[in-house]
Amino acid sequence: MPKDEFTPRTFSVVGTRPLRPDGIDKVTGRARYGADISAPGMLTGMVLRSPHAHARICSIDTSVAAAMPGVKAVITRADFPVHPKNNGTADVLDNCMADKKALYDGHAVAAVAASSRRAALDALATIKVVYEVLPHVLDVDEAMKLDAPILHKGRKQEGVPADVSDNVLTRTEYGHGDPEIGFQMADLVIERQFKTAATHQGYIEPHSCLATLGSDGQGDLWVCTQGHYMARNTCAEILGLDSGCLRVTPSEIGGGFGGKTTVFLEPTALLLSQKSGRPVKMTMTREEVFRASGPTASTSIDIKIGMTKDGTITAAKGDYRYQNGAYEAMNGTLGAMTGFAPYNLDHVKTVGWDVVTNRPKAAAYRAPGAPMAAFAVESVIDELAHKLGLDPIDVRLKNAAREGTKSAYGPTYPAIGLEATLKAAKSHPHWSAPLGENQGRGVACGFWFNFGGDTCVSLMVNPDGTVSLSEGNPDIGGSRAAMSMMAAEELGIPMERIRTIIADTAALGQNEVTDGSRVTFAVGLATIKAARHAIQIMVERAAMTWGIEPEAVEWVDGAAQPAGPNAGKHPPMSLAEIAAIASNTGGPISGHFEVNAEGAGVSFGTHIADTEVDPETGAVKIIRYTVFQDAGKAVHPSFVEGQLQGGAVQGIGWALNEEYIYGKDGTLQNAGFLDYRIPVASDLPMIDTAILEIPNPGHPYGVRGVGETGIVPPLAAVANSVSRAAGVRMTSLPMSPPKVLAALKKM
Amino acid sequence: MSQIHVKTIINGDASEFLCAADETLLDVLRDRLDLTGSKEGCASGDCGACSVTMDGRLVCACLVLGAEADGAEITTIEGMATGENLHPLQQAFLDHAALQCGICTPGFLVAAKSLLERNPDPTEEETRYWLAGNLCRCTGYDKIVRAVLDAAKIMRETA
Repeated sequence: MPKDEFTPRTFSVVGTRPLRPDGIDKVTGRARYGADISAPGMLTGMVLRSPHAHARICSIDTSVAAAMPGVKAVITRADFPVHPKNNGTADVLDNCMADKKALYDGHAVAAVAASSRRAALDALATIKVVYEVLPHVLDVDEAMKLDAPILHKGRKQEGVPADVSDNVLTRTEYGHGDPEIGFQMADLVIERQFKTAATHQGYIEPHSCLATLGSDGQGDLWVCTQGHYMARNTCAEILGLDSGCLRVTPSEIGGGFGGKTTVFLEPTALLLSQKSGRPVKMTMTREEVFRASGPTASTSIDIKIGMTKDGTITAAKGDYRYQNGAYEAMNGTLGAMTGFAPYNLDHVKTVGWDVVTNRPKAAAYRAPGAPMAAFAVESVIDELAHKLGLDPIDVRLKNAAREGTKSAYGPTYPAIGLEATLKAAKSHPHWSAPLGENQGRGVACGFWFNFGGDTCVSLMVNPDGTVSLSEGNPDIGGSRAAMSMMAAEELGIPMERIRTIIADTAALGQNEVTDGSRVTFAVGLATIKAARHAIQIMVERAAMTWGIEPEAVEWVDGAAQPAGPNAGKHPPMSLAEIAAIASNTGGPISGHFEVNAEGAGVSFGTHIADTEVDPETGAVKIIRYTVFQDAGKAVHPSFVEGQLQGGAVQGIGWALNEEYIYGKDGTLQNAGFLDYRIPVASDLPMIDTAILEIPNPGHPYGVRGVGETGIVPPLAAVANSVSRAAGVRMTSLPMSPPKVLAALKKM
Repeated sequence: MSQIHVKTIINGDASEFLCAADETLLDVLRDRLDLTGSKEGCASGDCGACSVTMDGRLVCACLVLGAEADGAEITTIEGMATGENLHPLQQAFLDHAALQCGICTPGFLVAAKSLLERNPDPTEEETRYWLAGNLCRCTGYDKIVRAVLDAAKIMRETA
């Protein structure tokens, strides 16, 4: 068996709940986030943004701005030195600074760096942009029509049929069997269309960076990001720099949820710095965050499922149409892959469409594409169960994917935990608790792939027996604690003797973005391997000291000891003792590990939601909520609970309140937290959690990523709950009071 | 634009600064006084990340002008711990894992301290409504509310 694979063991540190090492900085205000740093001689950079949803940029006159007092640099797209060869990077540049057309309200068209915010604002106001306003399109189904306004010509990829517009960039298909045969075997077939609105990740910290770039191409970037290597590589490609000459240091990150997996301001800030010869700090306003970063896709989805009287799903079909804003993204593809992933199906066929519209380019949002797909699929399953008089958990258990099931998107599952979450939900007191008047209970399942990817960890054993651990992934929810815990587990020393830091891009090799729920899995794996590497060296040093073979030495409880009676009688040498004499036994000791981590375990969850619908106003109140999710192995259970609770509440916001609202002119009408209302404390009850631990066969401790799956079931769980409370099937999100009231009146 | 000379007491220390008429107290704290513990999440009073107290009243520093602080006593997150001793609320946030990214934490702590000064024994519902002006996108509020209720209990027992 390869060493990476899970082997059952008992843990002494993993599974406990120590205080987070970055905690005191964060409760005292000392922690430094993106906007909390400054540099001598620093300028303020600001962006001029298109007021139009779709417009040709005829001319930009920056001459007045450039001559204003305090203004040190003004740039437009014409100032960017190269056109990236890679299509994806070219799109990122286009999104950072519009080329020939502005493609959405808020699209950047020019930027200035000035000695003060006031001077920068005054300068922006003098820039004259002549636009030719073009017709725009915002809705996915409208954008697919042949007569729709077209954003880009010639970007249709292979497999997209001729009877849809050029706004459709990709069409993908998944599945097996023949659904038409399956539907004939069903006792009941339900087909419905669902719509979901675009939502924003809603991190509380706006994008911010501080850039310095010299005329020699040497630069430094301090940035709030989910991936500083991504920021380095992307900026270097956009600006024609050697990536090794650009050092990127990640700040503490004030939330991301996928929204900080790309760049928005960074290339502009670097270019402004190079032109002005000064450090440039740029920070988005909240309005800019809403207009020009994030959001996720809005969708239009058709789902058809057939079921027998005993609850067996005989066939399933899905058509997932997602608009991803102005540039290519793969939310629709991911929707088509994930919607039916929880089920063992003989006949399933899904099609995903990715479509561009005149909205900000979609960024990843926690399990991108999956929550909307789950909303549609889980709603139809709920309706089938309801109409056939079956228990909705029993129906899911009957069809649940298990080890050996061929998934709807292709691969065959290894050991997975869906069934465990369903059984836990079924036996939980929540499932059998009585409901009051106007209340309903909904259940839904959700799936996310999880990811591994490029990862580097270095672990230095210091002369005093402490350990310094360097990882290259921004810590977005406690991962420094998790890494210190896993290193402590391996090394056999107290976690407090280990300090984990997030290294800059010059200190470690390439690291994939903090995404795909990958960090605890992949960086954890690399941490364990780096610790084992250091242990191997320490064992060799002890063997050398004792004059025996390294094979005769073992590592137990933080010390090297003779492996058996034949190895001779030597008192154990602790890590601290070996470290203290390292200089005399061959030099400093450190372990490291570099890997493209494979074996990320897929993740499943089941949520139960109770809601109460006010028949007079249509307002929905969440009464009770419980999350069941497989964590593989919960390294720090409090942090795992936090991920499940946070994901559930983002999903609740998506289900009930949140949406991008556009005017007839295609401009965003609610670019602020007052009008784009995310859930607040008084909207919610406690969010109960139950962590299941079905070990991931691909991780030494059995760890699975837990960050994303929690947002997949809640849209459906809440919708199923409201549908049962209201007595009418809700098929459009958000279920805002006017929509619920209208549905009640139609009954 | 001529600047206004403002004299305040911040976290117990006399503090003077010059600011423009349109500068907010949050701008002054962060950009002039290097007190970056108060965060700007929205600059419109909707997120509470810049919560401070002014003469004992809980305010969003982004909705107060710097000039309005003249003669007032301001308390920020930087004034919450006493030396190396954390306030019971700060300790409770750590003990309950009531923060993930931590950007909203300073605002929540300042707001929660203000609640407990007025109401040392709040119910869960009172706590949720008092904190409804502070947005957190990571936690779903569960562990934050538990931390505040627990800190309140500890503070009552040691009062």
